[in-house]
Amino acid sequence: MLAFIIRRLGQALFVLLTVAFFSFAMFKFMGDPLENLLGQEATNLDRAELEERLGLNDPIVVQYVRYLARALEGDFGVSYRAGIPVAEVIMQRLPATLELAFISGMLAVVFGVLLGIYTAIRRDGFVANLIMTSSLIGVSLPTFLIGVGLIWAFSVNLGWLPSFGRGDTAPFFGVELAVMTWDGIQSLILPSITLGLYQMTLIMRLVRSEMLEVLRTDYIRFARARGLTDRALHFSHALRNTLVPVITITGVQLGLIIAFAIVTETVFQWPGVGLLFINAVNFVDIPVMAAYLLLVGIIFVTINLVVDLLYFVVDPRLRAERSGSEGP
Amino acid sequence: MNPVPGPSSTVSGWRDSDLWYSFKRSPVIVTAACVLVTLILGAVFAPLISPYTPFDPGSLNLMNGFTEPFARNAFTNEFFLLGTDDQGRDVFSTILFGLRVSLFVGISAVLFAMVLGVALGLIAGYVGGWLDGLIMRIADVQLTFPSIMIAMLLFGIGRGLLPPDLRDEMAIWVLIIAIGLSEWVQFARTVRGATMVERSKEYVEAAHLIGLSRWAIMLRHILPNISGPILVIATITLALAIIAEATLSFLGVGAPKTEPSLGTLINVGRQFILSGEWWILLFPSVTLLALALSVNLFGDWLRDMLNPKLR
Repeated sequence: MLAFIIRRLGQALFVLLTVAFFSFAMFKFMGDPLENLLGQEATNLDRAELEERLGLNDPIVVQYVRYLARALEGDFGVSYRAGIPVAEVIMQRLPATLELAFISGMLAVVFGVLLGIYTAIRRDGFVANLIMTSSLIGVSLPTFLIGVGLIWAFSVNLGWLPSFGRGDTAPFFGVELAVMTWDGIQSLILPSITLGLYQMTLIMRLVRSEMLEVLRTDYIRFARARGLTDRALHFSHALRNTLVPVITITGVQLGLIIAFAIVTETVFQWPGVGLLFINAVNFVDIPVMAAYLLLVGIIFVTINLVVDLLYFVVDPRLRAERSGSEGP
Repeated sequence: MNPVPGPSSTVSGWRDSDLWYSFKRSPVIVTAACVLVTLILGAVFAPLISPYTPFDPGSLNLMNGFTEPFARNAFTNEFFLLGTDDQGRDVFSTILFGLRVSLFVGISAVLFAMVLGVALGLIAGYVGGWLDGLIMRIADVQLTFPSIMIAMLLFGIGRGLLPPDLRDEMAIWVLIIAIGLSEWVQFARTVRGATMVERSKEYVEAAHLIGLSRWAIMLRHILPNISGPILVIATITLALAIIAEATLSFLGVGAPKTEPSLGTLINVGRQFILSGEWWILLFPSVTLLALALSVNLFGDWLRDMLNPKLR
């Protein structure tokens, strides 16, 4: 168990260092920082002097370590476009993205699991079949088309919900959140459905197939023979045993929500880090791109790590096997 | 038993093969194939089929702007099957040319990813050692990120490396490389696994014994035997690449306005969603959906046919 955790931590650290190296390389090899700092009348001597002063002549490894140290302090340089420190821009935008990702994730998990259970229990029912068929189309639909379609239906035709922006926000423990105002909640509905729909479909299909698998096993048949009610059977016996794969995939999918937020945020002009990133790509704002890469890398690696460790907590069999083969 | 028909299967063998039989039996697949073939033909012969030349500014007439579909323009009395956009461009023609860009980028990106992934997978699986370790570690790191994000990032880097006046001109090629590089991992992992299985077989040992070089064994003996899974992954990746391209172009970080793909067209159409010109948005969207869905269905079917184990 301990050996596994240590190995897993080492792996995560390796991935993070690689991502950080890419981020550093973008910073270092793209765009000439001296050009920005010196202006046109600089001589070669000025140039050499500044290079020496900024430490650009040091070995790459030294520069990389220095970059890491600065990143740990939250210093990612200055955005070419906004002219203010990248860390500041990102911190300004991060709550909006996390809020959207969190709400979408909740929607996806709650509805995904519920619909998954329903379609598994009512396997041949008309509604269950309808849900399954429409989910197939949902998987093939690109996210941005879902967003545009929802805007067309609910904002343009019905006029019920706003089509862009975050609406009013109100502070919640010092963080400005949209869920704190009615206007903000209305603005949240369409983007969070757009973002959560794909993940919901995946979770639903996974729960369904796992449930069907478990419902076929002997212990379920035995429980049924013992005369347990359907409710006890489905929820306390079957559902619990489907949780392991569901937790793994769900965890990883929740990480992906942060990335897919780029698309949703652009469609709805949601002022989060995804929109910031896409604008950075458009205007070749390297410091912002590099910092975003590092930020998302940290989020993904952490989620993967937590999911792997959860696996152990949830499935006692794994613990037993590991400690049997590796333990003292 | 190898379920994959080898390169030796002839045309007459094809007629009574399982593949053809199951193809004929499934109406969904026949429909998907028909839609796909129609779209591909439309894209290939776009310059011949399209009634207008939408990207030649000289032939455009602003009076034709916002013509409704299936109706004649009130001022010029010209007819446009699917209407026109704000600049009077025929939507049907722009879709044909957009389809051309989408398919070209999608297919090129998949070919690029395939060549790269297969080469690295073969080397990792056959040579092994530290090379294998290195390639697979890179793959692991890349798998931590969703491929669409990697494609966006690479597109941004590619743009950054180009001088500003070339950025729009080269955008299509940067797009192909970015999407290709974001999708090679699946190929490499599958090929590596399959190669390791093949490497321990007798025919490889025999080839080794008669003194063939590593490269000859890899390319001429192992590669043909693992072509089934490669083909399946290529089809599935094609659907992903087409959607990735459309997404990037929709977000404005893909095909330029001068050479629009379906994603760019959908982005243009979105601007008219509030003013009621629905056809500028609807028709490109439907085309993209039909393309993505038919490639997906075709890929699923091919996967089930060629390699039931991949399911």
